[in-house]
Amino acid sequence: MEQLTNNKIKTEEYFINMGPQHPAAHGVLRLLLTIDGEIIKNVDPDLGYIHRSIEKMCERDSYQQIVHLTDRMDYLSSHINNGAVCLAVEKALELEVTDRVKVIRTIFDELTRLASHLLWWGVMGMDLGALTTYFYAFRDREMINDIFEETCGARLTMNYYVPGGLMFDLHPNFVNRVKKFLVDIKEHLPEYDRLLTGNVIFQKRTKGIGLLSKEDAISYGVTGPVARGSGVHCDVRKTHPYHAYDRVDFEEALFTEGDTFARYKVRIKEMWESISIVEQLIDNIPEGDIKVPTKAVIKLPKGEFYQRVETARGELGVYINSTGTKNPYRLKFRSPGFSNLSVLNHISKGGKIADLVAIMASFDFVIPDIDR
Amino acid sequence: MSYFSDIYSGIKTLLTGMRVTGGHFVRIRSENITQLYPDNRDTLQMFERFRGEVVMPHDENNEHRCTGCQSCEIACPNGSIEIIWDRQVDPATGKKKKMIDKHIYHLSMCTMCGLCINACPTDAIVWAQNFENAVYDRSALTKVLNQPGSKLKAGIEE
Repeated sequence: MEQLTNNKIKTEEYFINMGPQHPAAHGVLRLLLTIDGEIIKNVDPDLGYIHRSIEKMCERDSYQQIVHLTDRMDYLSSHINNGAVCLAVEKALELEVTDRVKVIRTIFDELTRLASHLLWWGVMGMDLGALTTYFYAFRDREMINDIFEETCGARLTMNYYVPGGLMFDLHPNFVNRVKKFLVDIKEHLPEYDRLLTGNVIFQKRTKGIGLLSKEDAISYGVTGPVARGSGVHCDVRKTHPYHAYDRVDFEEALFTEGDTFARYKVRIKEMWESISIVEQLIDNIPEGDIKVPTKAVIKLPKGEFYQRVETARGELGVYINSTGTKNPYRLKFRSPGFSNLSVLNHISKGGKIADLVAIMASFDFVIPDIDR
Repeated sequence: MSYFSDIYSGIKTLLTGMRVTGGHFVRIRSENITQLYPDNRDTLQMFERFRGEVVMPHDENNEHRCTGCQSCEIACPNGSIEIIWDRQVDPATGKKKKMIDKHIYHLSMCTMCGLCINACPTDAIVWAQNFENAVYDRSALTKVLNQPGSKLKAGIEE
């Protein structure tokens, strides 16, 4: 009482748990927050709530079986994850897939990126209190899911790529469906800008929040749209082209502000670039085989192999250590979410809890990708 | 002065967003996006490649195409398929031949990866398109794919 009358309120730091079950955490991520009032002093991520030891399971499985496990890491970019393992195995076997496979894989990768960014856009709006965006994003994502379902038979855990090619050929309706989708999405994306991007409340909650400098982004090993929002040139599709990315014309989305809004703009621009890549390829899918024959039991030569790809969240690396048997001796995934999470404490210190929610939304975490 | 311009820009962006939602509110009758799922069960058509569950088709003589080669069992990443087989005398040739006794499929463990169906040399197992797999007891998800009394179709070799 004395303290109150003297206008000296004594405050002290305390801990709260954000998660593991939190509506704004998109999964079972537990953040131990040290806060003073509403100001964040420290963020300590606690992992392991969805650890399934995928890397250890890979040591047990054959190379064809490993592919389906990668669906379950970053489930929003499952095609791209499948591609990473297939590319690593093909690199080790010195197998050159046909042009048709390369182009189809590129189209599917870009559609996956688009679907992932659409979901992120809806969820980002929802985290910041705009529930409407969620329904608009899911309306468009549903069209991509239908495209996938018609050709692959699955909507989330695809397992469509196999080492050496594809599991089966495109569905006859595929091209028409994609063309119809491209017309629709090009109408709908400007709608997104009117709904959310230009909104004053949204801009005030994202501009200048969670500043990440270019130097910090590089030193923390941040990749993907988060790093490109800070001006780091790191798109693996540009720096080390795989699939058919060397023959398409696209621009790397780069913004230099480094705040939450810049990361938002990067992803919106990437959606446009993905549309343009699909448009360039959809009319001239070359004819050819969909699979280069491989042995029923794939044995990689002795040695170490590494392949990196650009998922919707950043750089995914697959490291295979083979001793010449049908299973890898050790397999390691360098997942984008894990490295991006490491910078969270650095950029959210000193901000408010509500800012942390905005920052996490702009990082687009997929927790099974972080834990594996 | 910035106080009033803030109010103006706030209301302006609010109305811009509301015009989008308002437009859809007016047009909602003509462009329906959602489905009334449990009500449209009779007309709901899944895609032909949809991975619902693994089934073994039988023809009208209760004959299947599974030779018991166990390719699917080997291809399965997590042991969802178990084949119990035996060597029996084939009445047509009089020779001993590998025959399946039970083709056991654990739907509760299946990850729908499709490797078994890819591996099958005789197309004995295919995808079914049903997706309503909820049951009250987990043991109901362990299925025997070959029907009782069924036998291998003549002329199918590994």
